[in-house]
Amino acid sequence: MSRSLSSGAIANVKNPQRKQRRSFNQISAKLAPYGFLTPFIVLFFVFSVFGFVFSLYLSFHQWNPVAGMASMRFVGFENYTFSLGEPDFYKSLYNTIWLGLASGLSQHLVAIPMAYLLVSLGSKFRHFMTSAFFLPFITSTVAVSLIFVNMYSANVGIINKAIVALVNLPVINWFMDWVNAFMPLRWLEDRTLIKPAIAILQFWKFVGFHLVIYISGILTLSKEVEEAAILDGANWRQRFWHVALPHLRPFIFFGVTLTIIGSLQMFEEPFIITNGTGGIGNSGLTISMFLYKVAWEWLDMGWASAMSWLLFLIIAAVTAVQFFVFGKKGLGEH
Amino acid sequence: MTTMSLSKMFTRDEYDERSLPRRVFGGIGTLFFYAFLLLCAFLSVFPFIWSAILSTRTRSEIFSSELSLQLGNALFENYESLIDTLPFWNSMFNSIYVSGLGTVVSILFCSMGGYAFAVYQFRGKGAIFGTMVASMMVPPILGLIPYYMIIQYLGLLNTRLALWLPFTATPFAIFLVRQYVIASIPRELIESARIDGAGEFSIYFRIALPLMKPVLGTVAIVQFVFFWNNFLAPLIVTSSQDMYVVTLALRTVQGLPNTPWGAVMLGTTISIMPIVTFYLFASRQMIAGLTSGAVKG
Repeated sequence: MSRSLSSGAIANVKNPQRKQRRSFNQISAKLAPYGFLTPFIVLFFVFSVFGFVFSLYLSFHQWNPVAGMASMRFVGFENYTFSLGEPDFYKSLYNTIWLGLASGLSQHLVAIPMAYLLVSLGSKFRHFMTSAFFLPFITSTVAVSLIFVNMYSANVGIINKAIVALVNLPVINWFMDWVNAFMPLRWLEDRTLIKPAIAILQFWKFVGFHLVIYISGILTLSKEVEEAAILDGANWRQRFWHVALPHLRPFIFFGVTLTIIGSLQMFEEPFIITNGTGGIGNSGLTISMFLYKVAWEWLDMGWASAMSWLLFLIIAAVTAVQFFVFGKKGLGEH
Repeated sequence: MTTMSLSKMFTRDEYDERSLPRRVFGGIGTLFFYAFLLLCAFLSVFPFIWSAILSTRTRSEIFSSELSLQLGNALFENYESLIDTLPFWNSMFNSIYVSGLGTVVSILFCSMGGYAFAVYQFRGKGAIFGTMVASMMVPPILGLIPYYMIIQYLGLLNTRLALWLPFTATPFAIFLVRQYVIASIPRELIESARIDGAGEFSIYFRIALPLMKPVLGTVAIVQFVFFWNNFLAPLIVTSSQDMYVVTLALRTVQGLPNTPWGAVMLGTTISIMPIVTFYLFASRQMIAGLTSGAVKG
């Protein structure tokens, strides 16, 4: 290898060793792809292939990692049936779906029309706006969640302060005065408010991402089509509903799939917002958080593995349903 | 051609790209519309501004009930409190170390992998590639427990290695590189280098790698942002304070009684600085990079 490396560039036809090197290179050309793929194959085999198989194996066992390998005990489907009989599992599933629907739906419902409007505003202003909306997406969830914990704080948080200031403005005060009776809102210490608090954070964090996808989707709409619609006398409303929206279908399909997969695994936002506890009465506990609790607080790796496979099945099922309901239309003619 | 004739045919009222808000909202409505958009943009960046403001305030200023955006004078006090309560710079160092090394190694591994899939025909290629693509659909949470157990088995708990090495050969990035190489590196180039007697590795390293720069930029952005913001992996495999990355270190303040918010917000602000600074200069590249999977896939 090193020989062909050093002499590679200066090899020429008159070189008597050329034939020998050719065959050497032919062998190395056969082996080269494996060499290039070695890091990937090793890491992928260890952490993904072996990891998944082992996790499946583990899900049929009871095992506490502190007690060592010998303490592993086969329990059959017990971990699965136990999960399905556990009220906290359903509670966290409910919370996860609630959060996914609330923040996911609103992200798409806002991002699509917003993208349509921004596309019509010229590229400089559009880029300025998208950059602002995209910023939360690139910053660490832990950092922004901590900022939100502070902003949600009941007595000193700026969100409550802003609400109070807003409803006490001169004119608004006439019909919004009743809000004062509810202040301060205990965003983080209230069963009913903790989920909206998390959903707002998620909406804020991810709406920019979908906005970018929808903008690039609308930009692929050819000018000719748009102009033909105008020629036919379609107004902006008709063009949104009958030209832009159908064109966006595959993008919507893709974006919604991402949202489903992402929000069913939601962990960091609720973890920080509820300070790792799941909130009062576990009303902010998601499945991934529950799984984390079982694995690293209760040290029941078998049960946690079973739960991760249940979560996998749920994600697969929801994605499959979405694919069969919207897939054919969603992916368009292609 | 069509565009030209069309713009001549229509008067400004009938067809003008920029007048959509005007048609939707009317004259004064348009003004409100722009004001609304700017308000949205402001709300989007506000939490970062707010965190920076709070990091200059004293405790009593943070806890005061009045609503103001004024800066305080307590930046240095907060900084002292920050380095007193947290191993802050140590955790920043760990973050830089893990993200930097992880990104560089990712570029190497992913470019090698993507190049191999794009350029060579070899036994098992279909199977390996198929498995890789299939694995992209498996939710990451499924790999969490095995990841922990393998790290534990290898004796790598509480090491930085555990935080970067396992994530350096990402299927998604390898896929991205493969697509790029197929589309933009001519086979003839590689073939002619081979005829000239260049070794396989030197073809990759001297000829292909420089041509992969654009896609490797994307890989670098995706991987660096991932490593820098990663929280779940550090949370489960590091337990000793000197191995904390910055996300994990910041999170520990939640357990403290009387959270020193000024210090925490200062730490938060510093911790997002590297990425935000880069974003200010290269927002287009970062946006394109981080949505590349969505837009091209």
